[in-house]
Parts: sequence; C-alpha cells; structure tokens
Amino acid sequence: MTYTIEAHGLKKRYGKTAALDGLDLVAQRGQVTAVLGPNGAGKTTFVRAVATLVRPDEGTLLVAGHDAGKDPAAVRRVIGLAGQFAAVEPAMTGRENLEMVAGLFGQTRRAAKASAAAVLEQLGLVEAADRLARTYSGGMRRRLDLGASLVGSPRLLLLDEPTAGLDPRSRLELWDAIRALVADGTDVLLTTQYLDEADHLASHVVIIDHGRAVAAGTPTELKQRIGGNVVEVRVRHGRDLPTVAGMLGRIHRVDAQIDEPTRRVSVRVEGSGDGLMSALRYVESAGVEIDDIAMRQPNLDEVFLAITGRPAENHDDASATVAA
Amino acid sequence: MTTISSALEQPAAANTGGQSGLLKSTLKVTRRALLRYVRTPQLIVLATIQMSLFFLIYRYMFGGAIHIAGMPYVDYLVPGFIATGVLFMGIGTATAMAEDLEGGFIDRLRSLPIPRSSVLAARVLADAALVAWSTAFTAAIAFAVGFRLHGSALDGLAAFGLVIVFGFAFEWLFITMGLFAGNAQAAQGMGMIVFPLAFVSSAYVPVSTMPGWLQVFAKHQPLTYMVDAVRSLTLGPHAQALLGHPSSYFVTRALLWAAAIIAVTVPIAVARYRRG
Repeated sequence: MTYTIEAHGLKKRYGKTAALDGLDLVAQRGQVTAVLGPNGAGKTTFVRAVATLVRPDEGTLLVAGHDAGKDPAAVRRVIGLAGQFAAVEPAMTGRENLEMVAGLFGQTRRAAKASAAAVLEQLGLVEAADRLARTYSGGMRRRLDLGASLVGSPRLLLLDEPTAGLDPRSRLELWDAIRALVADGTDVLLTTQYLDEADHLASHVVIIDHGRAVAAGTPTELKQRIGGNVVEVRVRHGRDLPTVAGMLGRIHRVDAQIDEPTRRVSVRVEGSGDGLMSALRYVESAGVEIDDIAMRQPNLDEVFLAITGRPAENHDDASATVAA
Repeated sequence: MTTISSALEQPAAANTGGQSGLLKSTLKVTRRALLRYVRTPQLIVLATIQMSLFFLIYRYMFGGAIHIAGMPYVDYLVPGFIATGVLFMGIGTATAMAEDLEGGFIDRLRSLPIPRSSVLAARVLADAALVAWSTAFTAAIAFAVGFRLHGSALDGLAAFGLVIVFGFAFEWLFITMGLFAGNAQAAQGMGMIVFPLAFVSSAYVPVSTMPGWLQVFAKHQPLTYMVDAVRSLTLGPHAQALLGHPSSYFVTRALLWAAAIIAVTVPIAVARYRRG
C-alpha cells in the first residue's frame, strides 16, 4: 500500500497551545481525504506542515514518500496548495496569475501558457481569463486560487477550507471542480468544518480534535457510528424546553440537547421517517406549542458529541491565528 | 475532460527538474509586484501628487523663512527632500510585505519549488525600482523650481546612485518590519519610525539650529550622513564650507550605515521568513 501522506506523532506548539498534539494520519493514494474538525482543532497547522510551511516540533511526516522535514524541496515539487484566503494577485488577470505560477514551477513559457489555458477551461474561467482578478467575484477568485494550485499539475492537492465563507452556489461549483479533479486521478487532502462537505467529496475522513485524530473512516462508517438522523424541535415557549427534552430523550433512550437561545431541542434517532412522526405525536399529545419540527443529517457538533462525548467548542486557538 | 487531463500531464514533464532558478523566479515575482504598482495608478498618482505638494510647500512656504549661509534654500532642501522621500516610501514596502503575508500570497510562493530568497529579493528589487522612479521624478521637479547642480554631472549621478543604495538598505529594514508586523495596519504603525528619522536630521534645516540634546541624535543618525553625502556631491564648491568635511567623509559614513543596516536586517528578515 502506498500512502500519499504518512504522519506519525506530529507535534507543534505555539507558545502554550499545542496545535498538533501527537497527530497520526495516513492518506491513501487515489482518493480524497478530508480532515474534519472544529476551529482550532489543528487542521490548518497540519495542512501547513504537509505544505512545508510549518516545521513540526516532533514526529515524522512523509509526503509522497519524501520526508517533509529533511527534503522539503522534493515535497514542494509534488504539491499544490490552495488556502482559506484566495492568494491570487488582484492586479493581474486570471491568465497572468496562472502563467506566473506555472513559470515558477519551472515550466517553459510555452508549457506555462498551455497549462494555464487548460486550467482556465477546466474551472470555467475562460471568459474571465483576461480580466484583472480584482474584478472577480468571491467564488471566481476561489476557483482561480484552486487553479493556481493545479497549474503545476501536482500529485497531491492541499485544500485548506476551500469553501469557507462562500455562498451556497459558489460552494457547489467548487465542489464540482474538486470532484472533476479527483476523477482525473489527483490525490486530495482537504480540511473542512462542514460534515456535508466531507461527505460529498471525501472517501476517507479523519476527525481531529485538540491536535489529535479521534476517529477515521469512510463517511458511511462514521455516520453509522453516530447512527441515524437528528430530530430537531423548536418550541414556542422556552419553559417547554425541559419537558420536550425529557420526552424525546425517553423515547429514543439518549440525551436530548437543549439550545436555549434558539429554543431548540435536538435528539439523535435511529432509522428514518418514523422518528419524526413519533416525535410529532408525543409533542402534540403533551400539548406543547411548537414553531418547527424537522429531521436532518447530524452536523459536526453531533458527530463530535457522539465520538468524543462532548460538544465541539469553537475555541479560537493558535492554529488559526498564530499560523496565519 | 480528456483534453484537460492530457494538458495537465504534459507540463509535469515540462517542470524542468521542478526547480525554477533564483534569477528566473525572482524576476517573475518582481514583475508581479511592479504590475501591482502600475495597475493601481491611484496609489502612485496620489503619492506623487502628495510628494510634489509637500516639496512645493517646503520650497515656497517654509523656504522663505529658512536662511542657509551662502546658498539658496532650494539647493539645501532638495538632497534632504529626496533622501527622506526614500524613507517615506519604505512605509509602503512594510505594508505591502505584511499584506502579502496576511493574504496568503507568501504562503503560496513558499509552497512552490523556488528558492525562498527569491520572494524577498523580488520585493527589494520592485521597491528599488520605485525608489529610482520617484527620485528621478522629484529631481525633475526640483530642477524646474530652481535647483541646480554645482558639482560635476558625474557627482550628480553618484548622488543619484547613493540614494538608490540607501533606499535598498532601508528596504530591508522595512521588509523586516513587514514580516514581524502581522498585518498591514501594524506595519504602517511601525513605519512611523520614519518621522523622527526624517525630521530630527539635517534634511530640512541645519542640525545646529536644534536643541543640544536633539543634536546628538540628529548628527549621528544614518539619514543625516546620507543627506549630507548627497549634498556634498550636488553643492560642489559650497559643500565644504557648509558641511565642514569633504564629500568622501560623508559618502563613506553613509555607505557604512547602509552596510550596517543590511548586515543586521537581512539575516533577521531571512530567518523570520524561513520560520514562517
């Protein structure tokens, strides 16, 4: 088995904060690996370590067989990085941006032109190719940034929260672009805070928390571990929250979660449709007024709760701020 | 998708050894920095207008009240104004560096198979070009409002070259600031160091008119040596009487300062850049 990334016991401290605290992670060739975790879990620090931008304090990290610590130049030849920020030059056109990066990869002028043109085509930027990037929309800029990471035809593509801050439509467009790449055989490592993103794009998901991997598997495996769906009820009056929580908890034999500010009770249910129906019946028979009731896929908080036994706090930590 | 995958596979072979040379990559990154200036004309036009206005204010408003023995104030002012102009442009260097870092552009470049020094080298080159342009422009206005070279044309050219060298040295100081600042606002704030350097110097008025305790700093700081070196080259025979030393005295000291600034800031900047 060849691995595109092999990390063992990675540690990285920023002052008192351990951004990576003994992270083990392997990503196989020929697939998309998603690193899922809340803000500050160490996702960005890990991607930066793979991209040779951060040198871990301890541990070993092999990228496409090259030691990232000892031979970073070899790693840089095989990776392409697209970050949370659209790191393109706004005062250059889309084409100029791509040709510059291709040239920096050592491509001849002619090859750079050809690969820039191919990437523009692939990302649907042909019409905008000769406009300055500062006239692009947020989604277009993000696609151009993705293009800049592709133009050197990397074996491994690193995408750090590629859709953070994008509107839903641009997000879907970017997903399509990433899927097309994978079909072409590029290995991808992406980080995300969104479970559905990992679900849509990745065949292998690693959940990390406090700089350590806490679970790994296919999206289906992980979902089976947390089981089923979530029924969420929004009550009209805050005073009914404990009643509803107690009731739903008893039916499904799990603890229901209460979110007071939004007057919501949520509970994990096994199986599909009948969970919603039975919840509705019980709530009705208790005479509780509700504003809304719905069944949905578990979100990252619930995945966390199921796997770590505690909610995923969105703590602001070093990996996001210090490493920026 | 077939056309794309073949096009993407092809350049892999064209990635010659995967390492772009120092010179080639430096020039490519420099081109980007220059394009940014050229294609954001508001920046340059505004800066140029502002600089010209200040120059005319010094020349015609304050200038009338300042008397320098043995020469018109414009001949005294121009070397000082040009040298401080180089410093004020450094604030832009620090800001641009911090912006590139903050916006992720430096991350992109650092993840590419290019020598890491080419990114800093490109910033220095681009901003040195800006310094040269701005100095030439200021000199042109200066000649239009009565400034004259009293030494040889060769001395004039040497003065111009000296300003570029000095600008180059100070670029490194500002790049270092930009690397440490973390964001553009902080970089701009750190750039305020320019004010005491520019005003507590011989740039606009003779140091001898300042309070004694200020003179100690004003006499020995790098900008004063630089300004007086340029003066000694442009004032010709008047220089010795005004400055009390031959031009070699000031030129060597100005160059020593430039070398010292480079020797201290370059290793710090490079180390900081490598650490990321």
